[in-house]
Amino acid sequence: MYGKALKPLSLATVATLSAAYALAFFYAPNDADQGFVQKIFYLHVPLAIVALGGFIAGALMAIGYLRSGDRRWDMRSYVAIHLSLIFAVGALVTGSIWARASWGHWWVWSEPTLVSFLIVFLLYACYQPLRFAIEDPERQARYAAVFAVVAGAFVPLNFLAVRMATPLVHPRLLGATGSLPGAMELTFVIALAGMALLWTTLWKYEMASKAASMQLRSLRRKLAARVEGVSLGGPDGADAQTRSAAPHSPTPVRAPAEPVEL
Amino acid sequence: MSAVSTLVRKDLLLELRKRESVPAMALFSLSAFVLFHFGINRSSVDGDLAAGLLWVTLLLASLLGVGRLFVAERDEEGFDAIRLAPVDASALLAAKSLSLLAFLAIVEVVAIPGFAILLLGPALLPALPGLLAVLALADIGIAVVGTLASALAVQTRARELIVALMGLPLLVPVALGAARASAPLLQAGGPGALPGRWLGLLGLYDLVFALVAYAVFDYLLDD
Repeated sequence: MYGKALKPLSLATVATLSAAYALAFFYAPNDADQGFVQKIFYLHVPLAIVALGGFIAGALMAIGYLRSGDRRWDMRSYVAIHLSLIFAVGALVTGSIWARASWGHWWVWSEPTLVSFLIVFLLYACYQPLRFAIEDPERQARYAAVFAVVAGAFVPLNFLAVRMATPLVHPRLLGATGSLPGAMELTFVIALAGMALLWTTLWKYEMASKAASMQLRSLRRKLAARVEGVSLGGPDGADAQTRSAAPHSPTPVRAPAEPVEL
Repeated sequence: MSAVSTLVRKDLLLELRKRESVPAMALFSLSAFVLFHFGINRSSVDGDLAAGLLWVTLLLASLLGVGRLFVAERDEEGFDAIRLAPVDASALLAAKSLSLLAFLAIVEVVAIPGFAILLLGPALLPALPGLLAVLALADIGIAVVGTLASALAVQTRARELIVALMGLPLLVPVALGAARASAPLLQAGGPGALPGRWLGLLGLYDLVFALVAYAVFDYLLDD
């Protein structure tokens, strides 16, 4: 079900990203101040925005899980946060390179956006250790969802706190896109769209893979049950057949083993 | 309400009998001041540096208490008892936050004079009224977020590790707000005015996380 639109989506991603970076290199003018280095802006800012958006999306999907109890929402939230973490690493690395090139330092504490981003990254880096330190799958999903919601609420508050603490030297993009020259703005918007498409495509790929391996596991389990039924002979075989006719559920629930009366 | 006070009384009584968290937190703070003295090679500090040392120490000390907050519930089946009793999750959240708040207050009664004697350059007394306001707002934030982090971490295999990993980034705004708010109080030439915007930030943090904790705490209990 996640595999449906993968091909057109992948093609659209490749096309948009290629167009964005072709525009960045051949169409958008060099920055008057920073020169060629400023081109990293078309990579760094979309990465950062999409990573933050992904964290928020992960929090919303976690709310979906807490409200519905449907394990698929938990899986979506997990994949969203895990992908956004990777994008966040990309944003931190490109931001650091940009800072080095334009201010001469790899890390600039007076840049609130970069600092807040690091704090948010450190918090989300805790998501997987927390998740995989819990054994029971149902509790794992629930606790991870609570963490995702808490961290989602933390993101804006943290940005406010760090922004209050620092004099503003960072180019403020979200409020100031209007002041970009037209050619730069167009390139930026296309790069942002391409990055968002990339995130969505990767998210769908991972969801498709997760759904497929879950389905495979449930089929294997059914097969094992049937083989057992056949080797035992008798009515168990019929039971296995009715079970395999049941609609696929993404999280196969095995009935607890009943004590055998001797 | 009576459920909350019963739970708080239980926690305080337990702490009074076992003395597990509070003495450890207080001792940790004093040792940290000694470490800082040697680490930064200064015998007295003021202003930004004083506020930073004080708040980093208090935050790290509070994590020790946070890590142990739900241990009795988990080890002695207290969660089951609370679920069986006609008490809802928000009562447990409120009770645990209040207990942690009480622990922090007791620790600060030791740690703040200790800091004044060991490291602080300017006199403590003139700064105290402003500092108490900062302490109150910051402690509420630490108590609420600490309760949440503790409840999240207590069911994991690596409890202490998760508390530290999750608590530190979550408490960065508290460290920031509290240190910036107390820096002018601790400056060399007598306390300056209390900066209202940092108190506002701490208050906003307390409010947001109190609401978030109230909204999600149910899910950490129902098993």
